[in-house]
Amino acid sequence: MSTTMGPDARGEFVGADGQSFGGRFMPEALIAELDELTRVWEEAMADPAFTGEFERMLREYAGVPSMLYEAARFSEIAGARILLKREDLNHTGAHKIRNVLGQALLAKRMGKTRLIAETGAGQHGVATATAAAYLGLECVVYMGKVDTERQALNVARMNLLGAEVVAVDSGSMTLKDAINEAIRDWVASVEHTAYCFGTAAGPHPFPAMVRDFCRGIGDEARAQVLELTGRLPDIVTACVGGGSNAIGMFTAFLGDADVRIVGFEAGGDGVETPRHAATIHAGEVGVLHGARTFVLQDADGQTVESHSISAGLDYPGVGPQHAFLAHSGRADYQPVTDTEAMDALAVLARSEGIICAIESAHALAGTLRLAAENPGCTILVNLSGRGDKDMGTAIEWFGLGSPDGAAP
Amino acid sequence: MTAFGTEHAFAKTRAEGRAALVGYLPAGFPDVAGSIEAMTVMVEAGCDIIEVGLPYSDPVMDGPTIQAAAQQALEGGVRTSDVLRTVEAVAATGAPTLIMTYWNPVDRYGVRRFAADLANAGGAGLITPDLIPDSGADWITAADEHGLDKVFLVAPSSTDARLAMTTAHCRGFVYATAVMGVTGARASTSDLAGPLVARAKLTTDLPIGVGLGVSNGAQAAEVAAYADAVIVGSAFVRALLDNPDRAAGLEALRVLTEDLAAGVRGTR
Ligand SMILES: Cc1ncc(COP(=O)(O)O)c(C=O)c1O
Repeated sequence: MSTTMGPDARGEFVGADGQSFGGRFMPEALIAELDELTRVWEEAMADPAFTGEFERMLREYAGVPSMLYEAARFSEIAGARILLKREDLNHTGAHKIRNVLGQALLAKRMGKTRLIAETGAGQHGVATATAAAYLGLECVVYMGKVDTERQALNVARMNLLGAEVVAVDSGSMTLKDAINEAIRDWVASVEHTAYCFGTAAGPHPFPAMVRDFCRGIGDEARAQVLELTGRLPDIVTACVGGGSNAIGMFTAFLGDADVRIVGFEAGGDGVETPRHAATIHAGEVGVLHGARTFVLQDADGQTVESHSISAGLDYPGVGPQHAFLAHSGRADYQPVTDTEAMDALAVLARSEGIICAIESAHALAGTLRLAAENPGCTILVNLSGRGDKDMGTAIEWFGLGSPDGAAP
Repeated sequence: MTAFGTEHAFAKTRAEGRAALVGYLPAGFPDVAGSIEAMTVMVEAGCDIIEVGLPYSDPVMDGPTIQAAAQQALEGGVRTSDVLRTVEAVAATGAPTLIMTYWNPVDRYGVRRFAADLANAGGAGLITPDLIPDSGADWITAADEHGLDKVFLVAPSSTDARLAMTTAHCRGFVYATAVMGVTGARASTSDLAGPLVARAKLTTDLPIGVGLGVSNGAQAAEVAAYADAVIVGSAFVRALLDNPDRAAGLEALRVLTEDLAAGVRGTR
């Protein structure tokens, strides 16, 4: 299975035209560790004791498998049959817990005593802090200063869980800079520290490893949709930041040629402006954070700052397998603006009583667009997280909070 | 090997029975003309080889000092073409001049075009902190075509197999990172560097340079006892950051370089 899915032994996803994505562009100081991590991970995935423990933790602790939910009233508005994979109901409120439990268990297997992580929205940081508490590991989370402000609730959660949160004030003070700082920590601490990477990006083996820890999303959803409807969905959608929830959902459907796969990137103020994070749509192939992939960059290869209302999608790179899937045409990727996402968030809240994360709202907004183009079809959407963390942003955006305040 | 290759510098230092002093500054810091002037002072005061840093937005191997300088250079608008121009000016002093760069700016410029333009500017080669030979086939080909130095890094964590593979791909010298960590001056030298140099020497006859953390002549002398080159970066940047007045900054650079140069000569 993984032979057809990639990557190759060098961690590269290579297109029919020879274009390669992924690989390893990292300091030599970390290569031995990345090799060792690859070895231990491959061994663990073939060890029923490891996979059994991972599945037990997901089931007993994280609330997985998550439900598939037929969103009837939202479907009526959309004009298509919309099925939601409820990753928002997982413990800690997002799909991120799947990846984190897998990596934390691996860290234990490797004898590490400390976890570090980067986080944008804070969901991955919260999940890592949670796993560290659950498994008795020390935890430090790097978070851009801008993000500590717009996701203050999650900073407080991490603190309560016993993690140290470091506000990163270099560069754009968002996710990419948090990753830089986590790598700097790791170069110095690798002997006893595992870098629990939060998305399906970075150097090999992270893109493949994070995918495989998240692929339960799609494996479960595919079976759930078949059970509910008797057939495969017409379209599968997810939002794409670095790409963990999306690749977790898409993997099960890559071999289903009739299923259309669409990822939605953050379009910010619009891709015609400089303020967006639509990396695949508007970026060019380059190297960022250890992998060859699409990058928002200038003519000299300097990374361009991204912008999105959603901290979790505010990243100028993207996981290399998504770059590969876009390049090969198997999946397509479209931008969704801040406004479209916030509108969709309100529509879901009003029609279904579900407040989702702003990241996930990008997938919903894109889904409404696809539904309008394909009335009557069945669309499976990964609802990657819940919106508690985003209430501050929502209060500001919609002017909420006063008893007779305006309705969105 | 170009007319400006590091081989000549090492032939000279070997003949003198001492280690080479390699000095690093980012191009465009404090501005393009200022960085050229500063590196010229470093050559005059005793640096044998110069590393011109190509400022990059995401320098994952650099600590706060070099990050601050790179950010200042980028905010000042430095372009890749300015870096090549800086190399040309510094190489004209006669000191072999390499570029130290993260990979994406070279990738973006086009590896073959970058190699050609670097050779044209009289540059000696590249030091590539986030490019390992495993991922560097295009660069290796282009460097070979132009006879440019390929300086890959080895680290205390490198396995023996990786050490042998990496040094086999180097030309000019090998860059041994003395500590597990990012760039930045450190109070004491590392006890990981000596054993790393010894292990690297088993795999190659190339000179081995040791970098990360050296900030004064005493430390330089310690490292020079077992390495072929002492590589200093953050301390030079610090001298300029601490002395915003241009003349004072250049004077501080000169004093520091002389101290380090005495260190590598054991005449301190
Ligand atoms: C709920 C939720 N969805 C999606 C993302 C985006 O990450 P990825 O693209 O890795 O799924 C995040 C990141 O923080 C998130 O919290």
